[in-house]
Parts: sequence; C-alpha cells; structure tokens
Amino acid sequence: MAIYVDKKTRVIVQGITGRDGSFHSRQMLDYGTNIVAGVTPGKGGSEIYGVPVFDSMAEAVEKTKANTSIIFVPPMFAVDAIFEAARSGISLIVCISEGIPAIDMVKVYNYLKEKGVRLIGPNCPGIISPGMSKVGILPAQIFAKGPIGVVSRSGTLTYEIVHNLTIKGLGQSTCIGIGGDPIIGTNFIDCLEAFENDPATKGIVLIGEIGGSDEEMAAEYIKRNVTKPVVGFIAGQTAPPGKRMGHAGAIISGASGLAEDKIRAFNEVGIPVAEIPSQISDLMAEKLAEYQKKLARKKAIVKSKKKTKKTAKKKTAKKVVKKKAKKAIKRVTKKTAKKKTVSRKLVRKRAERKTTALRKSGRRK
Amino acid sequence: MKIHEYQAKEIFGKYGLPIPKGEVVTTPDEARNIAVRYEKPVMIKAQVHVGGRGKAGGIKYCKEPDDAFFAAQEILGMDIKGLIVKKVLVTEAVDIKSEAYVGVIVDRVTKRNVIMVSPAGGIDIEEVAAKTPEKIMKLGVDPLLGLLPYEALKLARFVYPDIKIARSAGGVIRKLYDAFVHSDASLAEINPLVLNNQDDLVALDAKINLDDSALFRHPDYENLRDLDAEDPAEMEAKRNDLSYVKLNGNIGCCVNGAGLAMATMDLVKHFGGEPANFLDIGGSSSPEKVLAAMKIILNDPNVVVILFNIFGGITRCDDVANGMVWAVEKLNPRVPIVVRLTGTNEDKAKKILEKLDLSATSSMEDVVKMAVNEARSVV
Repeated sequence: MAIYVDKKTRVIVQGITGRDGSFHSRQMLDYGTNIVAGVTPGKGGSEIYGVPVFDSMAEAVEKTKANTSIIFVPPMFAVDAIFEAARSGISLIVCISEGIPAIDMVKVYNYLKEKGVRLIGPNCPGIISPGMSKVGILPAQIFAKGPIGVVSRSGTLTYEIVHNLTIKGLGQSTCIGIGGDPIIGTNFIDCLEAFENDPATKGIVLIGEIGGSDEEMAAEYIKRNVTKPVVGFIAGQTAPPGKRMGHAGAIISGASGLAEDKIRAFNEVGIPVAEIPSQISDLMAEKLAEYQKKLARKKAIVKSKKKTKKTAKKKTAKKVVKKKAKKAIKRVTKKTAKKKTVSRKLVRKRAERKTTALRKSGRRK
Repeated sequence: MKIHEYQAKEIFGKYGLPIPKGEVVTTPDEARNIAVRYEKPVMIKAQVHVGGRGKAGGIKYCKEPDDAFFAAQEILGMDIKGLIVKKVLVTEAVDIKSEAYVGVIVDRVTKRNVIMVSPAGGIDIEEVAAKTPEKIMKLGVDPLLGLLPYEALKLARFVYPDIKIARSAGGVIRKLYDAFVHSDASLAEINPLVLNNQDDLVALDAKINLDDSALFRHPDYENLRDLDAEDPAEMEAKRNDLSYVKLNGNIGCCVNGAGLAMATMDLVKHFGGEPANFLDIGGSSSPEKVLAAMKIILNDPNVVVILFNIFGGITRCDDVANGMVWAVEKLNPRVPIVVRLTGTNEDKAKKILEKLDLSATSSMEDVVKMAVNEARSVV
C-alpha cells in the first residue's frame, strides 16, 4: 500500500512533447510508471516512446481509462491544463509547473475541491511510491521501498533527506512534494490523514519551511488525529523577513511565517524537530522503535483484554443459561400448576355433578 | 513586486476609486509649483517601499507653497529604514472626519481572496488584528461568483452605520476588489479611507503588491519597478533566472533548489558561520547559470569563501562542475571554493573538478564545516 499513487495508477502526461515533459516521461517509464497517454494539442495521433499522444484530455481519458495526470506545461497555460484535466474525469492531477499566479490558484483550488479532484502542487517535484509508481521529477535512484511517509514543501531538500533515510535503512512508502507556492492543492494535513490511514506507513517525516501557517495547522492536526510517529524539519531559520526565498510561498510577512514559531508549534505537541537534516533519520529510528514498543504493549494489552473478555463471556453465558433454565423451570411448574388447578376444578365439578346426579337419582328412587 | 503609493493610486484611479489630486516630483521647486497651482494646502509624502513613513517624518502637511518647498527639501534624500527617498508625492490635503481601513489579500489559510474592513483606520491592520480583533470584519469572496453587491454593502455597514455613506463605501469596496483582481495583486489596500466633512470618501493612501508570477499578463507593469529600490545583485540574478537574496555574512552559498539553499544557510549558522546570501541556481543548471551565480557571489565584498552544495537529481553534477571550471577560468576568484556534489554523474563531476585542484565531498555537513573553518581562518 501507499498513498495517492500505486500500481493501479494510469498516467497521462500533459505536455509530453515539450522539453521537460518528454525528458521526465522517459524517466518515469524507466521507473515502471504506467504512462498510458500523452496530451499535446495539435499533436494528436503521434507517438512518443510508444505512448500514444492525443489532442485533448477528454479523448485521452476516454481511450485509455487513465486516472492520473501530470502537467509539464508553462505557467501561463498550466491553469487551463488543470481545468481540462479536472473535467476529463481524472481523479489526481500532479502539476509540476512553477509560476502560476496565486489569484488563479484560488479559483483552481475551490473548483477542484467542489469536484472532488485532488491536485498535488503546483511548483512541486511530484510524488513517488517506491517500487510502484513515480509521477514526478524526483530522482528515482535515491528512494527505497519501506515504512516511512515523507511530505515536503521542497524539492532538493527532500532528496537530501530521503537519501539519508535510505542510507540508514529507512525506506519510504510514499514521498510527496506538495509544492512551494502559497496556494497548493494538497496540504500537509491531507497527506497526514492519508499516511495515518495507510497500513504500509509506520512513521512520517514532515519537511516544512518559512511562510504561511500550514506547519502550525499540521501540528494541531497531528495532536488530535495522528497516532504514528512524526519527525519534523523546518528550513529557513536564517531567512530575513520580507524576502521571497526562491519559493513564492517561502516568505516571512510581518510576524507570520517564522521558522521558530513552526518549530515551537511542533515541539508543543511532542513532535521532535531535527536541527540538521541528517538528524531526521536518527530521530525517526528512535521514534519508530518507541512506537513499535508501544504498539506491542498495546497488542499485549488488547490480547489480555480479549482473554478476560472471553472468560467473562463464558461466565455470562453460564449465567444466562442458568437464568434461562430457571425461567424454563418456573414456566413448566406454572404450567403444571395451572394444569393441576384446572384438573382439580374439573374433578370437583365432576364430583359435584356426580353427587347432584346421585342425589337426584336417589330422590327418584 | 512592491509599487509606490502614487503608482497604486494611478491604478486605483483607473477603477474609479476616489483619489485626491496629486503629482509625483523629485525637486523642492516642483513641489512648490504644484502647491501654487492647487491653491490649497498640500501633503508632501515620501515614496519609499516601507511602512511607517509618517512616524519616520516622511509625510508632512504644508499650508503654504513655501512650506511645500521646505518639506520636500527635507524629505528628499531622507533615509527611511535604510531606503533613500528620491521622489515625493504632492497631493491636496483632505479634511478628516473619520478614518477606516479597507484591504484585500490572497489568503493562504482559507484559499480565497479575503476582504478586510475596519473602522480603526490609519494604523497598521496587523496591530488592530492583534489588539482589537472585534474591530475587523472579514469576508472570503466566492472565487467563482466574485464579490456580490450585498456582501460589499454588509462590509461597508460594519464601518459606516449610515446607509447613505455605506452605499458609497460599498461601491469603494467593489471597485477596490476589481482593481485587486484585474491587476493580479497579492494585496490591495486603502489605509486610511477617509470620510471628509462633506461626507465624501477619499482614498488617502494606497498600497498594491503585485504577484510576480502574474507579471506575464501585465508587461506594462515592468515600468512600475523602481530600480533604485531593488538590490542590483538581486536584479542581476533575476535576469539570469536565479534566485538570490543578500544577507550579512561572509560565506557565499550556491545551491540547487530553494529548500536545500535555505537548509544550507541554516547549517552554516548551526556550525557557527554566517551565510552571505541565499542563492538557488534552480533545477536544470547550465554552466552559464553557474558562471552568473559565481559572478554575483564574488561581487559581494564580504564573501571570503564560496560554498557549493549540489544535490544531483535532475541537475547533473557534471554540468555544474563544467560551469565551475569555466567560471574559475573566467573570473579567477579571489576566495577559496569548497564543494559538495552528490547524485547524478557525481564521479564524472569529481574528475572534472580535479582540473581545478578542487576536492569535492559528498556530505553536506562536511562541506559546511569546511566553509566555516575557511571563513574563521580568514577573519
């Protein structure tokens, strides 16, 4: 199991004939991703790497039964591409394009939410479920299959951290880059919920950065809803206020978006935050061991509870039987009692009748 | 992108918002001439990209044209929070009965355009929100329907109980929202929105932040950029498709990816050093980009060592290495370079770097420690 993408993922690449689109399609195919179609308006009917190219998403989805799309088109066309994908019957859209206006994303976000279509990104490296499917531009060689779910607002920083996890023997269930823009389709909380419900995920690494308050909200969510261990990292502790640090969303504005507030929010709900990237794997290993122990203890408790429950059930069952038996006896005795009384009455009546009859006959005589 | 008050007022004017008459000048004489022409008291307002101009002495009321001359003389050249005033706006003074706040932002939390109004105008809205949140009314606009007239009226009535004034304030809010949407802003605000003695509304101040990502739709906005207010190194970086922010330290950083670049700065600080900059050379790093990056870093006189941190994924390490060889030959850097390369084509890259007598490490921590030591040995 994994989240959002797996063996069943059937991908359409929007912008498959472009420079980035074709390059990464090759990479994804090599990884084993099931790319069933490409879409480039005007190039329908052609083929690339044996993948059929269509003019429109509607046609591509109809012909190939795809369920996922990945977008590589320039930012000025990306919004249109997202809407087209959303209306084609696709359930997951991964948008790699960087530079979509925030005001456009407001429309996209709310429309997709109503439609029930998931968008990952924009301005993101995509998503990979190691050993199953890669829908994105992440370098496949650093990932390994395993129990850790990774969610991050960044690209290369994620690779750095995943690389380290893999070296330390902590493979990943799914790694998802949610994107560096201020308004993105899938946020930390969505991924946390999915990881919590994914049996293959045993621990979660959350990589945040300055800007906005998604990390604070994630901390609050974890406190209430996540039982699996979470380890955090926040980039940008040395970033100056008011400056965009590469990502459109990575900006401290006024008193909001500070790294220290995010770290505090995590610490307050008991989530350890690594000071340096390489610490993450150690913290995770520690937390996992703790969690496994806790789970084992819980299991033991549950088992013993089950036992006591069983014996309790037996006892109650006995009681029930006894009660039933008593009731049955009562009923029977009552019945027989009734019968007896009835018969006594009858006997009496008969006797009376006899005696009167005898008297009558005696008078006659 | 930040723009000046006078530029924001021009945009507001186009959408029919009530703007006081005004002109922007660069000399005291021009300021006096305008005051003479207006035959009215005027305000002289510093045009710089920072808040709190009034408190810093950058806004002055002038009853007579001569006052305007002296006020302009005083304000032009003034240093406000590190920015030198080069232009002032001369605008007719307005009598003030009450001051309100009206603003629109793209809200990251609700993922909607949010309009905020408050009868407590003239002060920083963040301060109002922190101290007296009950004085603010917010509305998340339905992105598909847009702002509806009754919603605007409801917001207006929160500020102006009088229905007549509220109706015209509702109009102001709708026009502001139009201006915000059509200019693809990330913020548009009127603070204060003034009610004068004739019960007319006037946008006394104006602020618009434009979304850099939307500038492709507004090629004309490029003219609004104040090159004096922008860091030349940051502009140079932008031209080369790099992302650069200058900091105060002495370790020049060159990294691929924004998150990794931030983490590298943090790690420098963690090991006791001070980063000189944030620099993201981006995903597909051509040798040209590496050259441009190195040039920008070397232009900072504080830099005593250059730290490369490259995680090769899509970025190929050998591309970066080739760029470095080229840049070193061309620029002959005055400072040592420490390199971390790992990932795609790492071995090739390390071979290439042997030409420079540069040894590259694979560990981010090691290279940062090396840079910090280098910086220490110089200081």
